[in-house]
Amino acid sequence: MSGDHGGHDHGHGGGDGGHHDANIAARVRELEAQLVEAGQVTEAELEAILLEGWSGSPANGAAIVARAWADPGFRDRLLADGNAAVGELGLEAEGYLLKAVANTADVHNLIVCTLCSCYPTNLLGPSPGWYKSFAYRARAVREPRAVLAEFGVELPDSTQITVWDSTAEARYLVVPVRPAGSDGLPEASLAALVTRNGLVGTAVV
Amino acid sequence: MPRFTVGSEVRARLGDPDGHTRVPRYVRGHCGEVVGLHGDWKLPDAAVRGTLVTEPVYAVRFRAADLWGHGGHDVIVELWESYLEEAEGER
Repeated sequence: MSGDHGGHDHGHGGGDGGHHDANIAARVRELEAQLVEAGQVTEAELEAILLEGWSGSPANGAAIVARAWADPGFRDRLLADGNAAVGELGLEAEGYLLKAVANTADVHNLIVCTLCSCYPTNLLGPSPGWYKSFAYRARAVREPRAVLAEFGVELPDSTQITVWDSTAEARYLVVPVRPAGSDGLPEASLAALVTRNGLVGTAVV
Repeated sequence: MPRFTVGSEVRARLGDPDGHTRVPRYVRGHCGEVVGLHGDWKLPDAAVRGTLVTEPVYAVRFRAADLWGHGGHDVIVELWESYLEEAEGER
């Protein structure tokens, strides 16, 4: 392989000197170039896949969580069958099993994909940069309490931590514990409390 | 019909296949408990060879202490049926 990227500049190179993702960006560009050169994929197909990711948004996840907080019946349906439940909000989760997992006073759920970076992008948008890092992927399954502490999440020792490794066809959504003092808030205000990290389990809300 | 059900004790297969697989190394040879059935999905090991094989996928819970020798948390990993063998009473 020539390693010549002359015709493959998507405009996402350069300008991020010193950023910790720079090495990964370079590797991605190299991989893209080689796959296109080998005829495995076209530039247009890659763009279509990227756009699919951008059609999602953390706001969708926030709306799902807010409904689950406001409506216990919806919460039950969401935990039982995520794909069907999000349809009630006019959202689509297709091509994978949408598995919603609920945090409680006793259990905290954390999502990772140790083998790559599986994430429900068409629902929640692109995953956070750290979600794809080698450090997060290696450490989340091994020492989640220490990882959570680095995200500022200090859990009581009595809280059981469950780490879900997204190794197959399920994509996960964490339903955080509803914040104290949020009684009576309308769904839109509840949704505003939900952060992207909260949907992965690296934040409480 | 799925071979295992919720509550089944299973072991993730040892081995180092030549081609693609989606058994994380850190669970190979370890025992866990089936906590969910995630439906039937294409086996990636076969798909990369251009063969369509569909198998049940299970959510299997492993104890951190079994995987790492320490830690009080659980790790739930999704594994295709052929990645698993029966391990009743071995945990």
